Amino acid sequence: MNYIFIFLIVVSFLCAAINHRLDVAIDEMLKASQKAVEISFGLIGIMGFWLGIVKIAQKSGLMDLLSKLIQKPLLLIFPDIKYNKEAQSNIALNISANALGLSNAATPFGIKAMENLQSQNKDSEVATNSMCTFLAINTAGFQIVPAVVIAILSANGMENPTQIILPTLIVTSIAFLSALFFAKILERFYR
Amino acid sequence: MIKFLNTLSLWILPIIIVFILLHALYKKTPAYEVFVDGAGEGFKIAIKIIPYLIAIMVCTALFRASGAIEIIENFIKPLFDYFKIPTETTIIMLTRSLSGSATLGVLADIINQTGVNSYATKLAAVITGSSETTFYVASVYFGSVGIKKFRHALLAGILADITGLIAAVWICSIFFL
Repeated sequence: MNYIFIFLIVVSFLCAAINHRLDVAIDEMLKASQKAVEISFGLIGIMGFWLGIVKIAQKSGLMDLLSKLIQKPLLLIFPDIKYNKEAQSNIALNISANALGLSNAATPFGIKAMENLQSQNKDSEVATNSMCTFLAINTAGFQIVPAVVIAILSANGMENPTQIILPTLIVTSIAFLSALFFAKILERFYR
Repeated sequence: MIKFLNTLSLWILPIIIVFILLHALYKKTPAYEVFVDGAGEGFKIAIKIIPYLIAIMVCTALFRASGAIEIIENFIKPLFDYFKIPTETTIIMLTRSLSGSATLGVLADIINQTGVNSYATKLAAVITGSSETTFYVASVYFGSVGIKKFRHALLAGILADITGLIAAVWICSIFFL
């Protein structure tokens, strides 16, 4: 991460200098840091709401029920969470919310799952194998129906925007599986 | 089909919420007290991810504003021409992992430039719908628990993004060309 951070910033300034866009780059840089704070604050409400709902499901025992249902396939991907029931159900909720296109709900589930995984982490600053796998499949963005994109296409007058559903589903499944594959392979090389 | 999907996405949230609440009632869980308790954590998490978001968003914004993407675009243009990939979609491929809002902006540009029924629009739509903003997701998820060493997570995410792009080009050429 240190290298990516330094590389992106240094290379960006170099390119900006070559393209005579230093003024734009500096402007965008400062705007982005402002926007990061706005996005975080914008998350408070939605996140609070879903965390509240999740907590009810947790206290009433619904989450344990869910974790029993999906335990087997989940343990194949995340072998070290066998005794971490909460992590199991939060990961399951995160993946299903993403699949349904409810990204607002998926984020709080995902963060809860990360907290659960963190609770069994020996070094709290270094990601575990399961954390990396979980993050990788989240960045692949698996979803069954790309609702936002379809809305944009139909708003612009495409004849039948649903024609993109099947190709998108195939592509997102390939991306999902390859994320899983790369995470599992790479974890051997990053100790 | 669109109508069915709209109805489904409209009903799914109320059904989940009502189901959770009825289950709580059945189990005699103090729903209101527990909800307020849980919702309070939203603030803590949002504050915690701010530094991580600043770091990542500054990087990606700088990279986009610097014109580096246009430089890369010139390099890979011959390759794209060879595979019959419309040049308009290069920027969306390079932007997708960096910024969600920018991606939607580029998608709108492509629709304006090439028309809503063009091959470029369809390819761009599939790319947008089949992927996530890798850098944003990483900073929010790892930031929320204070992970500073990402190990192979980002590399795996980016390799999966690239695989997804290749798959998008391939699948779209089968479906729409």
